[in-house]
Amino acid sequence: MSTEAHTQIPVPAPAPKLTKKDFQTDQEVRWCPGCGDYAILSAVQQVFPELGIPKEQFVVVSGIGCSSRFPYYMDTYGFHSIHGRAPAIATGLKLSRPELEVWIATGDGDAMSIGGNHLIHTLRRNVGVKILMFNNRIYGLTKGQYSPTSELGKKTKSTPGGSVDYPFNPLGLAIGAGATFIARSVDIFTTHLKDVLRRAAQHKGTAYVEIYQNCNIFNDHAFTYMTDKDVRDDATLYLEHGKPMVFGKNKDKGIRMRGTEMEVIQFGDGLSADDCIVWDETVDNPATAFLVSQLLPPHFPTPVGVFRSVEAPTYESRVADQVHQDVAKKGPGDLDKLIHSGDIWTVHADHTIS
Amino acid sequence: MSTTVAENEHPLIEAQKLDEVVIRFAGDSGDGMQLTGSQFSTTSALMGNDLSTLPDFPAEIRAPQGTLPGVSAFQVRIADYDIHTPGDAPDVLVAMNPAALKKELEDLKPNGVIIVNLDEFNARNLAKAGYEKNPLEDHSLDKYRVFQAQIGTMNRRALEGSGLDNKSQERCKNFFALGMVYWLFSRPMDASIDFLKKTFARKPELADANIKSLKAGWNFCDITGLFQVRYEVDPATLEPGVYRSIHGNSALAIGLVAAARQSGLPLFLGAYPITPASDILHQLSGYKNFGVTTFQAEDEIAAMCATIGAAFGGALAVTTTSGPGIALKSEAMNLAIQVELPVVICDIQRGGPSTGLPTKTEQSDLLQMMFGRNGDSPLAVIAPSSPKDCFDTAIEACRIALKYMVPVVLLSDGYIANGSEPWKLPEVLDLPSIKPTFRTDPEGFQPYQREAATLARPWAVPGTPGLEHRIGGLEKEEVTGNVSYDPHNHERMVHLRAEKVARIADDIPEIEVFGDETGELLVLGWGSTAGSITGAVNFARREGLSVSRAHLRHLNPFPKNLGEVLRRFDRVLLPEMNMGQLALLLRARYLKDIITFSKVQGRPFSRTEIYNKIREILEPVAHVN
Repeated sequence: MSTEAHTQIPVPAPAPKLTKKDFQTDQEVRWCPGCGDYAILSAVQQVFPELGIPKEQFVVVSGIGCSSRFPYYMDTYGFHSIHGRAPAIATGLKLSRPELEVWIATGDGDAMSIGGNHLIHTLRRNVGVKILMFNNRIYGLTKGQYSPTSELGKKTKSTPGGSVDYPFNPLGLAIGAGATFIARSVDIFTTHLKDVLRRAAQHKGTAYVEIYQNCNIFNDHAFTYMTDKDVRDDATLYLEHGKPMVFGKNKDKGIRMRGTEMEVIQFGDGLSADDCIVWDETVDNPATAFLVSQLLPPHFPTPVGVFRSVEAPTYESRVADQVHQDVAKKGPGDLDKLIHSGDIWTVHADHTIS
Repeated sequence: MSTTVAENEHPLIEAQKLDEVVIRFAGDSGDGMQLTGSQFSTTSALMGNDLSTLPDFPAEIRAPQGTLPGVSAFQVRIADYDIHTPGDAPDVLVAMNPAALKKELEDLKPNGVIIVNLDEFNARNLAKAGYEKNPLEDHSLDKYRVFQAQIGTMNRRALEGSGLDNKSQERCKNFFALGMVYWLFSRPMDASIDFLKKTFARKPELADANIKSLKAGWNFCDITGLFQVRYEVDPATLEPGVYRSIHGNSALAIGLVAAARQSGLPLFLGAYPITPASDILHQLSGYKNFGVTTFQAEDEIAAMCATIGAAFGGALAVTTTSGPGIALKSEAMNLAIQVELPVVICDIQRGGPSTGLPTKTEQSDLLQMMFGRNGDSPLAVIAPSSPKDCFDTAIEACRIALKYMVPVVLLSDGYIANGSEPWKLPEVLDLPSIKPTFRTDPEGFQPYQREAATLARPWAVPGTPGLEHRIGGLEKEEVTGNVSYDPHNHERMVHLRAEKVARIADDIPEIEVFGDETGELLVLGWGSTAGSITGAVNFARREGLSVSRAHLRHLNPFPKNLGEVLRRFDRVLLPEMNMGQLALLLRARYLKDIITFSKVQGRPFSRTEIYNKIREILEPVAHVN
């Protein structure tokens, strides 16, 4: 197939030294003052320049909702699409341009309610995109209805008597869909969030990151049970690969297996970090990651960090491989041959047929 | 039919010449009638006949055996002259069971030939078909020429010793019937024998058995003289050139590959399986060595969105679907309008509303395409007129999309998607050249800066240094593309988007009138009605009626001279397989009254129906009786 010069996509240039400022746009940021989205934006703008990737290779795709205004504030290529569809748009983009660095900004309503189908199928295909799911457990942009991650009994404008449907566990859902990289962080855990983003950036398949994000207008204090300075250490479990699952202000508590379940142990009385599960994010069997995704307050600390990171070929690489194999097998397509395939006959000038 | 082969002399039967014949093969959906019909068509094509085919099959994959809903039929018309439709009434009906006879008989011409498989006319099957008495015995078929043959029994006998089990033997009986029809119409068996050898290359025993059945059917007729008559249809005087027989969906798929080559862009197809569009997905998925990427999405919405994503990335991005799929894609189609990216949306229309008639044809998605989105959201709409025209229309759709940075809808339908006709193969060198341009210069770049003539915005694909920008569904500020809620900007943008589509009219051919340039009646058509209209108008003109015809390929925008053409005629007749959707648009746009001729039976117009309508309009008195 001939490629004309006027539609050539430039070869990526060596990455110049970039800074946070290079990723800021001139657009006025219009999130509410105090919104957790600011911290996430700042973290992403700090991590992107570290990745050694030229700025023009980044594309930020989003759906609809507060989180989905993200692309306007990132000085990269950006696509603010329609509600729930960012993963589908990103899949088409990644298939046509596998070399691009495609990040998705989405929220709990966008990703898990209206866009649930695209989310699970993107995860199962292992498309090489990063999905940042800002979970504030509320619909913000539509002014405060409950979301698919709102806790049972949530009183909102649309549920004055309290919500009666059970929430999704976003990470459990992702594990069930076959996600190869799953992580969680919190908007205000600045350092931790950046670490998780760097890990996501390194992952080859779909990297799914749930970010607890406070909506100070419609669902303020949704995460203070684990983010308040005085409870944070006891309410948060930092998952670290190769290290025992220990938590608490004094590092004196941990998680161990009992039978088929996990339980919290208090060190002492013969119990120590040695009794705890040594965290391994790389196990192929997703069962352990799923168990950890079910650790919920008040009986357990909330785990943050990388829940699962396994290697698998990306969807776009498998798709491209088939194209390459077909070219190798049949040779590059010949349009004239294609048109002339099948049963053909010739009508000659004297109207004879052969 | 109880004559045995050995008792008969070899009859010498002189073949009679026919200028055309319409044959309908009908049987149970498991009887292989589609294959039988397409084999007859291929053989006839290779003999140089002009031909046109019309498959008609149930939506159920295997409806209960022997029942009316389970009947699958394939009609083919072959001729020694240029034809435009698969014919109205069949001359020959092959009925493999009572249900097929019952369902298809009403269309058969008086004195038409019926070939029935006598084996299936037992009490049980007659009851399933709703026959109280055996039609072969109660003289109800006296006005036809009925030929009965124990096709199943004779086929089994022919395959004795083949080593195949009963079920596999039974599956060959359609080739026995095909052999009979080949004999009746003096067709050679070579093409079908080659086909069987190729198809069953890995199962030679099946190839052998089917070939044996085919020959047995032929020999049975040759030896018994069953028909006492034999026909020939000479080759048509087609324009010199190289030909193949082509289905609409197949021509569409090849047209998309051609457009990709002509534009130098990789082809991306995002699609979700849906009748009757899926064949395009199947076919393109086999063209990976052309650099084609096919993505079978999780749903219609994802298919549309992935197509938009691929267009953003710089691919020639296409999606294929049918009406119900369009309903799901509408929001994303509107996004494509707003972000002004080139995408081609192929709607292979079927009977609606809702799930409707999945395997039957209709033209009822036109208004959905024109207006089925929120806001004022125009896009370009074009429609192919025949199976082979799907090739050229696909290229035209891509050309418009890439030149104007706009979504283009291609409205095909089940009739031309599954129908076939001879296609004079184009020279690749003669194909139109399409020259899309990627913006690369950062100097003065603005995402919504427009080209003066076309109003197209620049295509700045990710990966291009210095052109980083954001697009999306929110209203854009003119030139900069930044989000804008300014009332006057919004109004300008609404008008710009409309104007951009309207300007395509400068770039498409004017509509052509066939027949007299002015007169009493113009028959206007769009899409798949072209063949029936052409046949009917040609016939009416030979009869001396003052009638002309014109056909619309571009439905939005219309050709510039359309209003003027409509005004030149006293009356305009518009046959549509809907309740008058195009007529509604024309009346609104040109304030010209249009006589709608509506047909919504899941079946295309016949020539006769349109001809009768022309007569009714032009000679109303003659028709009062």
